[in-house]
Amino acid sequence: MNIHEYQGKEILRKYGVSVPKGYVAFTPEEAVDAAKELGSNITVVKAQIHAGGRGKAGGVKIAKSIDDVRTYAKELLGKTLVTHQTGPEGKEIKRLLIEEGCDIKKEYYVGLVLDRATSRITLMASEEGGTEIEEVAEATPEKIFRESIDPVVGLTAYQARRIAFNINIPKELIGKTVKFMLGLYTAFVEKDCSIAEINPLVTTGEGQVMALDAKLNFDSNALYRQKDILEYRDLDEEDAKEIEASKYDLSYISLDGDIGCMVNGAGLAMATMDIIKHYGGDPANFLDVGGGATAEKVTEAFKIILSDAAVKGIFVNIFGGIMKCDVIAEGVVAAAKEVEIKVPLVVRLEGTNVDLGKKILNESGLDIVAAESMADGAQKIVELVG
Amino acid sequence: MSVFIDKNTKVIVQGITGATALFHTKQMIEYGTQVVAGVTPGKGGTEVEGVAVYDTVDAAVKETGANVSVIFVPAPFAADAILEAVDAELDLAICITEHIPVLDMIKVKRYMEGKKTRLLGPNCPGLITPEECKIGIMPGYIHTKGHIGVVSRSGTLTYEAVHQLSQEGIGQSTAVGIGGDPVNGTSFIDVLKAYNEDDNTYAVIMIGEIGGTAEEEAAEWVKANMKKPVVGFIGGATAPPGKRMGHAGAIISGGKGTAEEKIRVLNECGIQVAATPSEIGETLIKVIKEEGIYEKCKTH
Repeated sequence: MNIHEYQGKEILRKYGVSVPKGYVAFTPEEAVDAAKELGSNITVVKAQIHAGGRGKAGGVKIAKSIDDVRTYAKELLGKTLVTHQTGPEGKEIKRLLIEEGCDIKKEYYVGLVLDRATSRITLMASEEGGTEIEEVAEATPEKIFRESIDPVVGLTAYQARRIAFNINIPKELIGKTVKFMLGLYTAFVEKDCSIAEINPLVTTGEGQVMALDAKLNFDSNALYRQKDILEYRDLDEEDAKEIEASKYDLSYISLDGDIGCMVNGAGLAMATMDIIKHYGGDPANFLDVGGGATAEKVTEAFKIILSDAAVKGIFVNIFGGIMKCDVIAEGVVAAAKEVEIKVPLVVRLEGTNVDLGKKILNESGLDIVAAESMADGAQKIVELVG
Repeated sequence: MSVFIDKNTKVIVQGITGATALFHTKQMIEYGTQVVAGVTPGKGGTEVEGVAVYDTVDAAVKETGANVSVIFVPAPFAADAILEAVDAELDLAICITEHIPVLDMIKVKRYMEGKKTRLLGPNCPGLITPEECKIGIMPGYIHTKGHIGVVSRSGTLTYEAVHQLSQEGIGQSTAVGIGGDPVNGTSFIDVLKAYNEDDNTYAVIMIGEIGGTAEEEAAEWVKANMKKPVVGFIGGATAPPGKRMGHAGAIISGGKGTAEEKIRVLNECGIQVAATPSEIGETLIKVIKEEGIYEKCKTH
């Protein structure tokens, strides 16, 4: 789960990680009030959307007066910001972070990520702040330093110190940097983060070490024990169909094509998209109904697929293991009773209780094209959609 | 011969009284698996599906001599269930449970260092040695006894591959699902090593997907060590970057972990990759014919 920059900074503040003073604003008036409250010579007006690259796209403005703040806030709020991470359609700016400006001496990068190869959290840092870490890794990999963290003892002071020296933090600021990193790690583990990226971390003319930006992502599997993080969820930033799907614990992702897919198992769901593409079609979505799906859940999944106006045909591809074919069949039949299916429907069933599943579909009177295999089903639906 | 499990394997089911666990316990017993005990704290002394239930793994193991556990415990308590299995010094713990928080698994992996138990999963379908022992949630009837090892990050794609093989008269030695989480127990390389040493396995299918670099590392290992032919498939060629495709580990991040890159590395390491999931069986058959072992692999 993603949150906004200002929310990330709110969390970090609680862990003693220094961040610039700032307030969120939903209207130009709130932005002006926030700037007055800050009372700083320079005020930064930052667009809050769930995507990186905001600065380059014109989503970050430096205001030298209260009037500037008002002008920029009016300009940004309601504007659609297109960054390299939003896709061409961009994202509408609905919130701003009004923050005090600071005298930046130098920018660094600090991040905590999961290293899958070692099954540990890794602290990464570089003196090439402000640019994306992937670009640094490409151009100057020797400038990225890493510390692998043992979960028993957590990030240690010596590791934080070593990495701070390695990225050439000035000697007099090493202590503050260590405190910053230790706080960041504590926030990461206590809040079940999946990524914590500070880019840039800055040293200032006033001798401070602070997070100028903060990107925190959270492990969605751990949200059951992070109720306060759930409060930060911004539904405006998510796809409406994905939100609906998440209510039923369905794993759904919107895509641009016209063939709706309903599949069990993430691997098979991905492979189903691949094979549709292989035969010249375009999947409208990724949908894994999961292992423990009930007929009711399958019905909801079907309704979500049908709510997408772009969908011209549906391919149901099931290889039942934990998921029983009869449950899928019941769900499909129930969905067809609730919402009229006007598009071609190809169903391939295999696995646990397959005969029972096929029987339910055959006796339903629904206009279903049966497929013998995954390839057969994919070819049939691509042909039917045309 | 087979890898990890055979007809002598004695299994306990952790979380046996849950609905899913009960259904699959029944299926495992019907398949012929020796399910010797179940564990649900507080339900000790009862019996389900003819299987005695214990309060602790320790008691179940002491009483029955079980050497393997399969875990169906809900995600918030699953990491603890794995620790309990490891503490009981079982040979193998198979965690079917999905949605375990990553930080829990990081601790589990650290705890397991130097311990006897092998972990398979989490978020996996389990493993099966056809006609001997089925531990997990895979449909038993699609499998046939034979000589092809299958290893996969995806449950349903494993079924797909196995089904294609069985339909072509090619049986399997053991099929192993390592699971779709970013932090898991047994890796591709662990299973490939076991197949390499198993006299009954003549060729291997490796099924990967986007995210991480486990497939690339496995391919390099195959190139350097594997004595038997390996064919592959990688799911997620059409997945958009930055989105988690159902499996917690299936995500392209920072341009890394794409299907394209994985297929390139597999090919470079001499592994033929099926173009579509429907051609996994065909690709294997083509390769074993080229290797001159088709007749040896043909089982029915």
